[in-house]
Amino acid sequence: MDESRITGAAPPPRLDERLGRINWAQRLMMRPDSGAGVGVVLLLVFFAFAAAGSGMFAADGIMNWLHVSAELGVVSVPAALLMIAGEFDLSIGSMIGFSGMMAAIPAVYWGWPVWVAILFAFALSVALGWLDGYLVIRTRLPSFIVSLAFLFILRGLSLALSVMLTNQTIISGVNRAAKGDWLAPVFGGQIAQPVFVFLAHAHLIGTYRDGSPLVSGIPMVMIWWVIIAAVAHFVLSSTRFGNYIFAAGGDANAARSLGVPVARVKVILFAATAFCSALLGIAQVMEFGSAAADRGLDMEFEAIIAAVIGGSLLTGGYGSAIGACFGALIFGIAQQGIYFANWNNNWFRVFLGALLLIAVLFNTLIRRRVTGER
Amino acid sequence: MDMPLIEARDIHMHFGHVIALAGISFTLEEGQVHCLLGDNGAGKSTLIKILSGVFRPSKGEYLVAGRDAGFGSPRDALDAGIATVFQDLGLVPLMSITRNFFMGREPVRWLGPFHVMKFAYADRVAREEMRRIGIDLRDPEQAVGTLSGGERQCLAIARAVFFGARVLILDEPTSALGVAQTSMVLRYIHQVRGKGLGVIFITHNVRHAMAVGDAFTVLNRGRVAGRFRRGEASIEDLQGLMAGGKELAELAEELGGTV
Repeated sequence: MDESRITGAAPPPRLDERLGRINWAQRLMMRPDSGAGVGVVLLLVFFAFAAAGSGMFAADGIMNWLHVSAELGVVSVPAALLMIAGEFDLSIGSMIGFSGMMAAIPAVYWGWPVWVAILFAFALSVALGWLDGYLVIRTRLPSFIVSLAFLFILRGLSLALSVMLTNQTIISGVNRAAKGDWLAPVFGGQIAQPVFVFLAHAHLIGTYRDGSPLVSGIPMVMIWWVIIAAVAHFVLSSTRFGNYIFAAGGDANAARSLGVPVARVKVILFAATAFCSALLGIAQVMEFGSAAADRGLDMEFEAIIAAVIGGSLLTGGYGSAIGACFGALIFGIAQQGIYFANWNNNWFRVFLGALLLIAVLFNTLIRRRVTGER
Repeated sequence: MDMPLIEARDIHMHFGHVIALAGISFTLEEGQVHCLLGDNGAGKSTLIKILSGVFRPSKGEYLVAGRDAGFGSPRDALDAGIATVFQDLGLVPLMSITRNFFMGREPVRWLGPFHVMKFAYADRVAREEMRRIGIDLRDPEQAVGTLSGGERQCLAIARAVFFGARVLILDEPTSALGVAQTSMVLRYIHQVRGKGLGVIFITHNVRHAMAVGDAFTVLNRGRVAGRFRRGEASIEDLQGLMAGGKELAELAEELGGTV
């Protein structure tokens, strides 16, 4: 009987001879965002030829496509985090229009100080994002359905409320109201203007006839993009909350059984997504000086597409904030590049659809590689 | 003999009209691997759910270190040092070994508003603990999905041990594994016993139980069908008891050999 007993401690650890050591290049390949990074470079090289001489890579051209990327990046990064946690928010685009309206109407029609109107719009949006998340958790319905309902409710509210309160769907005159306001420039202003004046004087960037630079400064929405991306990347890769996000999306039951507060994590991410959507909505209103009820149309899909192109899995548990930035860059470069190359811009949709398909296939491949499944 | 780690006395469990357990007594001592054997529906799952704090028994006493357990949730059991590794293992395949090892119990330090994970420390611990089992990691950042079934089982056990379990409840840890993988897990169970932990090893494979068990309790239809110490019973005895004896004998006859 006793010879059947397993004897001794573990054998000395040894390397499994079937496993090769991995080098840095292979490790890079296992990152969720490296594919999109390569995509950005390829796309830039492509348009360097396809749109040569069009001014796409002059200062104002670069600012043009970076601005498109930044606006999308502000919402694609939180969309990626939410996707990693296993949920979707389809109300991003509607929230952009809604929050802009909620900042513009009090500022223009009710005479509120603009900074109060901005804080009001933020508070309302975050509360609605929280409600969205709370309903997803409590009803256990797919977030796809719950946030789809919010997509229609918020878009409808933006239109109905603006018509009811102001009799129109475009609220202009925000720039007049915001003159001298301390908070409005934080979202709608520009920084580093003197740098561009200097560059123009040095003839390093193009100028208008009067000698003022074609690019007058860096719009704040770009700064916000960088801040949001940096915070999201740090949270995801280095903090306990980041571990909770991966766990919640990877296997919610396992996470819950080990004490991860899955519900709280998801609700916080819904609220954060609403916050970023509101930030974009408010930034657009402050930058353009007007609000329109149809702002942000289709942005929820663009944000999700950018997150997927950036390597986030639709099924959750895997992805990256940096990847979502690359996704937004690809989007901006392609959309504006097609314009600079003087092609019919309908090709952009074809390109985007094809890219989405490639990205999903590529992500599945990467996931198999990471998990070792065949 | 010291006080047992766990003592269950005459445990009954009713679910409405269904009697899942009809008076089961069970003890686990320090440094003991106690195998809980039984066919499907014998009451193994119900018993371990009571021991791990998921259910409260309808009747009977459950003592931990001599005192009434009174668990209201699995969290209470965990706080009392009773860790259960269920069959799903509580691992996330897409996450790294380190992230899995510390899931829900991340080592952190404050940095402004953030709880920053101490990854250098966490990686080192994960690597050391896996090495102790005999698994040399290429990289603690590799995903758990790349580990074999046996390695995953060992990781789940190592995690429970590291976080201070004194009693380990293992729910069919070898049921889905091949031969080499099984021996890896059994060897690790043996190693854990050497540290003075008590292990409850649930299985319906008598050979696996015999390989590491010190004590054996066979359940059948919600009752204890037999209780043995190592060396008191043969594989055939246990197998016969598990199946209620006669069916298996009939089957053996039909197939012209032993099952």
